[in-house]
Amino acid sequence: MKTETQETIGGSNLARRSFLRYAGIGAASVGLLAATACHKDHPVKLDNGIDIGSGDIGILNFAYTLEQLEAAFYIQVITTPYTGMSNLELSYLTSIRDHEIVHRNFFKAALGANAIVSLTPDFSSINFTGRPSVLGAAKTFEDTGVMAYDGAAYLIQNPDYLILAGKIVSVEARHAAVIRNFLAADSFVGSDVIASNGLNNTASIPQVLAIANTFLKTKVSASAYNYFAS
Amino acid sequence: MNLLNIIEEIEKVDPEVHERISPRRDAIKNITSFGSKVAVAALPFAFATIFKKAYGASTPVAVNTVLNFALQLEYLESYFYNQGVAAPGLIPAGNDISTFTLIQGDEASHVAFLQSVLGSAAIPMPGIDLTAKGTFPDVLTNYNTFMAVANAFEDTGVRAYKGQAVNLQGNQVVLTAALSIHAVEARHAAAVRQIRASHGVIISPWITGSANLSNDTGVAAVNGNYGAGASATYPAENNVMQGGIDITTLASASGSTTAYNIACEAFDEPLDMATVLTLVGPFFT
Repeated sequence: MKTETQETIGGSNLARRSFLRYAGIGAASVGLLAATACHKDHPVKLDNGIDIGSGDIGILNFAYTLEQLEAAFYIQVITTPYTGMSNLELSYLTSIRDHEIVHRNFFKAALGANAIVSLTPDFSSINFTGRPSVLGAAKTFEDTGVMAYDGAAYLIQNPDYLILAGKIVSVEARHAAVIRNFLAADSFVGSDVIASNGLNNTASIPQVLAIANTFLKTKVSASAYNYFAS
Repeated sequence: MNLLNIIEEIEKVDPEVHERISPRRDAIKNITSFGSKVAVAALPFAFATIFKKAYGASTPVAVNTVLNFALQLEYLESYFYNQGVAAPGLIPAGNDISTFTLIQGDEASHVAFLQSVLGSAAIPMPGIDLTAKGTFPDVLTNYNTFMAVANAFEDTGVRAYKGQAVNLQGNQVVLTAALSIHAVEARHAAAVRQIRASHGVIISPWITGSANLSNDTGVAAVNGNYGAGASATYPAENNVMQGGIDITTLASASGSTTAYNIACEAFDEPLDMATVLTLVGPFFT
């Protein structure tokens, strides 16, 4: 299953080509950095994997990390649907895949040369033929995404970026509600994600990356927030 | 923490510092009224913004104004669900009533939360007319109308909170709290849309659109919720320009471009306070 997953992710010509293209840009960026010493805002390759960088670029790369992960996950979900996927589930999961691809490609385009490289996922913990495994992972991705955007929003300096984060986080929250309701009726505001005062939980950048890294071969660190992938 | 010293130091060079900060005093009070370690941790950050805004050229919307705006919307939603859940024979048993009961509980929590944050500055509950002065005369007797209005309230709530994020920028505690409510409203919106879909309405959990259609709710009276807005800051829900990028030009799973409806769905749009208040105005007496 593991091998099959990896083959499919790189399976389409388009995906492979864009991966190579962005891997190439990433390599060029590192080379440029090496030549020009160190620019603080620029993401760099460390021993602890890829670093998101600092400032607003760091937050955008943090979001780009999550969106890369989500997009790769849903691409696999739709490529190899789990046993017994209903038409409604297929329809919604396909839409969610498409939204996440938009988010991923938007951040890639917005970040330009400041973008971290394309990350290689590790979905070996997910059984893509099993509905509970897939929807359970989807719930983790969506709930984590919501907590991540809300938890990091206060760090954003540029108001335009704050609005963009707001535009995306509510879509992630819609996804989370749908996935959770697929798993269990009326779990869209479960007490594991909503506090008793009616507020969605939030998570810090280190907390979120610790979760994300369990699904990544390319580990992601955030040295500006004292988080180093192990 | 030497914040008071800092103010004293500034006072020496700028005797009007208190005057400048004064409009922000309520904000300071709000932050401290959270009464948590988080709030204390956030103080230096908040103060930095207070200083920035006190000396800045723009006149930002006061935090209390934003919070009372949110409270007004939460009063409306809370009352709406209280009445709906209590209306005999309106909401079907099973998944429908359990979903709306959960939402009812969250909205009541939001009212209580905002009241506690605002303290004595909280506005009282206004008079409410759920028919919106006759626009929805059967809102509490026709389940389709009730669901449609719920849909509009939740989507509007999402847009309203999103539209205030920038006014809260720099205030870690209040911004994070507002965005945390915003996420819950989005979960509600998706759930209400799922309920509507289960009753045969053609609607997705996310707001979709086309180049010519910004309102996917099928309820003309909530068009203000979705646009025709031509404003660059607060565009309609069928906007596909994000951060200067035309989303339809990005690659998708199926090709080198992205379908218009997907480009709409992937981003929810904010709405400004004045437009929201105009939209919900008929619901208040």
